[in-house]
Amino acid sequence: MDARRGSLPVPRVRQVGFFTPNAQPAPTRSQSGPPDSSSPPLSDSPASNSLSPVMIPPPRHHSDNLAAAPRPTSPLPVPEPSPFRRRGADNNNALLVGSYNPAETLLAMSPSSSHVGDGESEETMSGGWFRRSNSGKLASSLPSGTFDFSPVQSTAEALKPNKVQNPVGISVLNNTILAEVSARPAPKEQQPEAPSSSKQPKPKLTKAERRALQESQRAAKAAAKAVAAPEEVATIKSVKQHQTQKKDAPQVAVSVAASERKGGDKSQEKERRKDAPAPRMQFDDKSRVEKAKRRSVVDQTEAKKRVELFRHLPQYEHGTQLADLESKFLQLDPMHPAIYKVGLQYLAGDISGGNARCIAMLQAFQQVVKDYSTPPEKTLPRDLTAKISSYVSFFTQCRPLSMSMGNAIRFLKNRIAKLSPSLSESESKSSICTDIDRFINEKIVLADRVIVQHASSKVKDGDVLLVYGSSCVVEMVLLHSHELGKQFRVIVVDSRPKLEGKALLRRLVAKGVHCTYTHINAVSYVMHEVTKVFLGASSVLSNGTVYSRVGTACVAMVAHAFRVPVIICCEAYKFHERVQLDSICSNELGDPDAIGKVPGRMDVNYLNDVSNSGNLQLLNLMYDATPADYVSMIVTDYGMIPPTSVPVIVREYRRDHLLI
Amino acid sequence: MPGPQLLVDEFVSQLRKRKVEGSQATAQLTAELLRTVISQLRAAEAPILIETVRKFGRELIAANPFVETFVLPELSVGNIVRRVLRIIREEDASGVTDGLPSDGDNQETADYADGQVSSADVLATRRLLRSPSLHGLLDRVSNAHTDDMGGKRKAPADKNAKAWMLKHNVMEAINELVEEISGCHQQIAEQALELIHHNEVILTFGKSKSVMEFLCAAKKKRSFRVYVAEGAPKYQGHCFAKDLSAEGFRTTLITDSAVFAMISRVNMVVVGAHTVMANGGIIGPVGLNMLALAAKQHGVPFVVVAATHKLCPLYPENPVVRLNELKSPSDLLQFGEFSECMELAPDSSACVLNVVNPAFDYVPPQLINLFITDIGGHNPSFMYRLIADYYSADDFIL
Repeated sequence: MDARRGSLPVPRVRQVGFFTPNAQPAPTRSQSGPPDSSSPPLSDSPASNSLSPVMIPPPRHHSDNLAAAPRPTSPLPVPEPSPFRRRGADNNNALLVGSYNPAETLLAMSPSSSHVGDGESEETMSGGWFRRSNSGKLASSLPSGTFDFSPVQSTAEALKPNKVQNPVGISVLNNTILAEVSARPAPKEQQPEAPSSSKQPKPKLTKAERRALQESQRAAKAAAKAVAAPEEVATIKSVKQHQTQKKDAPQVAVSVAASERKGGDKSQEKERRKDAPAPRMQFDDKSRVEKAKRRSVVDQTEAKKRVELFRHLPQYEHGTQLADLESKFLQLDPMHPAIYKVGLQYLAGDISGGNARCIAMLQAFQQVVKDYSTPPEKTLPRDLTAKISSYVSFFTQCRPLSMSMGNAIRFLKNRIAKLSPSLSESESKSSICTDIDRFINEKIVLADRVIVQHASSKVKDGDVLLVYGSSCVVEMVLLHSHELGKQFRVIVVDSRPKLEGKALLRRLVAKGVHCTYTHINAVSYVMHEVTKVFLGASSVLSNGTVYSRVGTACVAMVAHAFRVPVIICCEAYKFHERVQLDSICSNELGDPDAIGKVPGRMDVNYLNDVSNSGNLQLLNLMYDATPADYVSMIVTDYGMIPPTSVPVIVREYRRDHLLI
Repeated sequence: MPGPQLLVDEFVSQLRKRKVEGSQATAQLTAELLRTVISQLRAAEAPILIETVRKFGRELIAANPFVETFVLPELSVGNIVRRVLRIIREEDASGVTDGLPSDGDNQETADYADGQVSSADVLATRRLLRSPSLHGLLDRVSNAHTDDMGGKRKAPADKNAKAWMLKHNVMEAINELVEEISGCHQQIAEQALELIHHNEVILTFGKSKSVMEFLCAAKKKRSFRVYVAEGAPKYQGHCFAKDLSAEGFRTTLITDSAVFAMISRVNMVVVGAHTVMANGGIIGPVGLNMLALAAKQHGVPFVVVAATHKLCPLYPENPVVRLNELKSPSDLLQFGEFSECMELAPDSSACVLNVVNPAFDYVPPQLINLFITDIGGHNPSFMYRLIADYYSADDFIL
């Protein structure tokens, strides 16, 4: 397991095109040269402030808005290092980088590249990486900077005292093993390429090696009863260096696990599994539905006429739960009123839209945290996580969660789990609240601002922009472009049953934007004059599929057929590593009765007495999946990317997404 | 009995007021009207007939002056007028050919046989004289027969009598046309079983009588599921879904926006059309193009069910604009719904809000897989041939 850690930096090395200039020293394949060669890229890090439109900009808001963001007053060291970590790739670290570079270079050059494309394992690994440290085995003094791999290495000097104090530094063990392993064959590999250049990093390398050896031995001793001493691990590793990494990983894991307690490893496994997105509940699985029903707070009656194709999705009678929940309002002890309120608002449809729902949920959680007091004989992280889980399941019953909300919940749970036990309760609470505020601020508010800036740069005079439904980011883009004085026209395309476009139209017209309103069927009629299509998204999946309001796929398809560029505006926190091919397997079903009624059209009343005919089912799909082929560009807070780069964003920024 | 002019005027006013619903009814009424007009006509010479029909036809078509008002006419009126003209021309031509070389033969054969044998001869000669056409190949046998029956009585070759014979033949042919129009749905429905398989999922759009008959015919032998897209802003899909479920179909009504989401689970798209153009494209209810594109993207067969009276000899030129109809915005926005926010707008003098509500959509031939007409299934690329069969090139422009 630990040896597999060695594979961690490899994808980082491999991906060259989409790299943030100042995030990492970015050791490339040709990195075997002196460390000085790696410093020039760092020197142009100021230039990265002027974002190139195609490059993914660095996660600016981490550092940029640090002053603007509500500054955490918590003594918790956790959130602090991360901004510095990004910015801190400055000169003194740049020198140190050389000491580690060969390892990465080596791994990159090693022919065993079976793990390179293995993004999933990499993802889970990274999850496990810091999860493991949350599990309380690490000394609390270890800052969170450890979780990111290379910064640890680069700032190893600074962290050294901490590490030494670590009695059983697991991560230290990892690092040392890695360093050691890499140290041995490194010169061998480098010599044919650049014999002269290998000299310079050498002294540092040996220093690092020595230190690594020391530490690993110490760690191994502390682990005690070492069946597999670090050396042995290292030899296994070095012998099998040129075999597939995956194969030897279990072996090493076994030996390391033997040196540790077995239970610890199991829990890691569990944690890792927990970190992966849980499989969705399949509602055609009777037993599980029964189980869920017993737990549920909301009384839901199943729809009588369920659509056959969508048996795996929840189909309940709409409108029945609300009254029931309202009556329960005063009796529900375990539920916090803030949660209850938001749940009711979801149910009634008062809050809709990915961002609004996410913010409402997070603020409710914030309220919960503020009012929370740890019950006796329980620990805060554990109890609060359980509580939040129960609230989440309540929300899910009110309305299925969007993927962006899932991401936010993951973030929150992660923060809670990572609270250092040394903190007092009030400190922990305030730190969580600050984290939530930061998430809202950085991932939603500021991200939107960045997206608006990017996207409105694409609006030219004389443009005819087509928008579909009502996306708040797209609306902001339009209004911002209008404020900039750009002359353009907007075509608002709308569809039943929600008719969200009307609200958007109202706001745009009130601002004086020249608008044309039409329905989705006429989209091929209006597409002739359209120059750009702006669409929002509920989520962007890692195969580039855009999961969004139903009809988005139609609009994108028609635009594609008419050779009109389709621009998706979506915050990066909505990116998800799940993949989806069609809109059937996972979706949300709205109220079927909304289909039958056409508001404002008295002549359309064919389905008023629909309930008495058994063969007719009404299907109100809420979302659909737009294939990546139709998407020209996705505008996120990291810049403007093609849909193929979504997995890169998911992979690269997931880590600091969770860390903030 | 009212004169032909009166009848035509009445029908024109009906068309103007849009009292005639559906292309089939319109086509049938047009054919019947023309039959009456011809029957009441004193003269019987072909040029006079043609001129009269043409004149009235122009009036009928002008009932919907779509160029000025952006209203798509019921093109089947023009189609039927052209069909009738073609019938007159054909009968005229055949009368001439019958009159000249085969006159004597006809008499002889009529003496000893009862028409069956001679009809083949007549058919053969006619085939030689006429341009090769599928129409003639397939269903001219019965026509030839009636001509032949007429031919027997035509024996005293008087010029006047011949003209009357021509008129009689024309009447017969128009009668056939009327029958053909009234029976078109049945003809189409007969082909359903060859195309619909057990347990299929069929997606349809809006409302169409042909599709209804087509599906009903298939349902007698097969069990399948139907998805109906509602077809905003007319929402005829609601009505259609209700009718289908009343017929016992397992029906699911979906919104138009869900078309793309659902198409991946659909085996076949069956839609009706307003008009079939000469290039094989169709004019249909708005939203059809989107559906056809989605079907194309997913490789789902897009089948158009349309009777031959919908076949229009025009080639579409900018059909999205020219062969369309912009409906009232009140389908989409209530009157006055936006007045207050228009006033809020900073520059209230400028018109900042337009509403586009087209009624029709053009589907290009490359998105269509198959046409099911009452004379069989055809590729879109074959439409030009049918047009050559049904319409005379002289009548394309009336």
